[in-house]
Amino acid sequence: MNGKLIQLMADLKEKETIAMVKELIDGGIDPMVILNDASSAMAIVGKRFETGEYFIPDLVFSGEILKSISEIVKPLLEKGEASTKKGKVLIGTVAGDIHDIGKDIVTFMLDVSGYNVLDVGIDVPAPIFVEKIKEFQPQVLGLSGFLTLAFDSMKKTVEALEQAGLRDGLKIMIGGGQIDDEVCKYARADAYGKDAMVAVNLCRQWIGD
Amino acid sequence: MAKTSEKLYRDREKRVMDAIALRVPDRIPIEVLFGFFPAKYSGMTIEEVMYDPEKLLQAQMKTLLEFQPDMEQNPFGIRFLGPILGVLDFKQLKWAGHGVPVDLTYQFVEGEYMKADEYDHFLLDPSDFMMRRYWPRICGSLKGLEKLTPIHSIITYYMGIPFGFAPFSFPDVIEALEALKKAGQESMRIATYSRAFTEKAKEAGFPMQFGAFTQAPFDTLGDFFRGTKEIMLDMYRRPDTLIKACEKLLPFMFEIAVNATKVSGNPRVFIPIHKGLDTFMSIEQFRKFYWPTLRELMVALINEGLNPCPLWEGDCTTRLEIIKDIPAGKACYAFEATDMVKAKEVLRDTVCIRGNIPLSLLAIKTPDEVRTYCKNLIDSVGKNGGYIMDASTGLDDAKPENVRAMFDFTREYGVY
Repeated sequence: MNGKLIQLMADLKEKETIAMVKELIDGGIDPMVILNDASSAMAIVGKRFETGEYFIPDLVFSGEILKSISEIVKPLLEKGEASTKKGKVLIGTVAGDIHDIGKDIVTFMLDVSGYNVLDVGIDVPAPIFVEKIKEFQPQVLGLSGFLTLAFDSMKKTVEALEQAGLRDGLKIMIGGGQIDDEVCKYARADAYGKDAMVAVNLCRQWIGD
Repeated sequence: MAKTSEKLYRDREKRVMDAIALRVPDRIPIEVLFGFFPAKYSGMTIEEVMYDPEKLLQAQMKTLLEFQPDMEQNPFGIRFLGPILGVLDFKQLKWAGHGVPVDLTYQFVEGEYMKADEYDHFLLDPSDFMMRRYWPRICGSLKGLEKLTPIHSIITYYMGIPFGFAPFSFPDVIEALEALKKAGQESMRIATYSRAFTEKAKEAGFPMQFGAFTQAPFDTLGDFFRGTKEIMLDMYRRPDTLIKACEKLLPFMFEIAVNATKVSGNPRVFIPIHKGLDTFMSIEQFRKFYWPTLRELMVALINEGLNPCPLWEGDCTTRLEIIKDIPAGKACYAFEATDMVKAKEVLRDTVCIRGNIPLSLLAIKTPDEVRTYCKNLIDSVGKNGGYIMDASTGLDDAKPENVRAMFDFTREYGVY
């Protein structure tokens, strides 16, 4: 563990972080150590977002820094050397809605928090959710939607899962633009989350950490 | 115009302007952004009203006459878009029949339509950048314009003229010019219907809410040029350039609004706010990147005798104290998810507030629940003027009976 690297990255010092990563790699460090440090830094970023110190631009920027680190480190890793994941989450924007910014941020935060996330994209019809859930078998489903038309699409998606016998044992969280607790009740989802960290916390609660 | 319509028109204009001036009107004004609600309400698809101006006119007039808002929003410049978008092969929207089903609202396609290394070109000559780089990207039919000589380099008989006009003979440039000619004809149709609608609504006694449309420079840059993700990164990677670009856009944003109000004769300028919100940037980022050019825009509009009417989409409860800093009694702030009680507390002596019945309530709950919500809202923020009733955002998918409950209740209970 390198406290300085974690600190630099958590403080979003892009240039300094990347320079230090390169330096450490040149010094012959195990690349897995760097990835673990990056993940500790992301945990701090998540905390700061949760406490209102950081905002969405900070999350997005931390994602860019993480991406640069991965690009440096990943080619050096032995095949199959990846950290074990905590559980599976399937996520997508519901039928009729093509918005992806919120969904992408949630996907990213779940991913860096250690979950195996399958993003099935935007404007996803209910039958596709059913099919993908059968294949991937997630513990949690995240439905995203920005527009009011998403209310009915979310409801229909949950109904399709009920009809397919996939609803039991599956936790469903929803979020986005006009979504709130009323829509959660209407769509018969399990929870509404106002931001990406709520999504992470819901997964912690439902799947474990 | 019949005498009663004339009086109704004057009364409605006064009611809203009294609220904006922080005076107490005869009752709480109510106005909404109907969005695509009129299409659904009239049993038409969204595709129909986007392509058939007569149907749009019919649906909008029916909705207007049945709900009787204090002011109307002219739908032509934002709904009758099908033909012109088609002619241009427009890439920034997916719309009914073009990427989304015929009964769904159009949606914006995020993109980095201006790359980070193009800031310099943009700052040097925005119009040249837009015509030769940006238009060809956002309009498939205008791709040929990339081949044009920069306009600023065609100066006189020995600088520019001898060679500079050559691209106008290229087949793909000619194709682009043909597309522009057709787009021009479609623009004329939109303008003709837009004027006709304003007249028709006036004859029925309804003023228009807005006479112009503009945006915060940061939003224009982020929405249409850089993309949401990229402009967020710009705040870290090239903060000074980002601020320069906002400053470059400021006079354009001002000019767009002023020119439109001159044509419409209507002083109210609609400004949808997209990125300056609580979740989208920190207070420090808001103060540094977003607010300075938005404030300057609004103050310049006010000095021009106009009324800026921003719709703060999302939540901006944490920055109410900052946005309070504008001349009093001239603007109207519509809020989507901002805490209205807090907003009233902070803005009481400065800005009329407007909003914000949640769309979730209007789309899935009952008229009784809508009435209860309206009552609480009026009781807590509707006293002593300076308040306009509205939903939190465009009505698109609201249930008609809930919209009716909101209108009827406000008209009855909102009398001062």
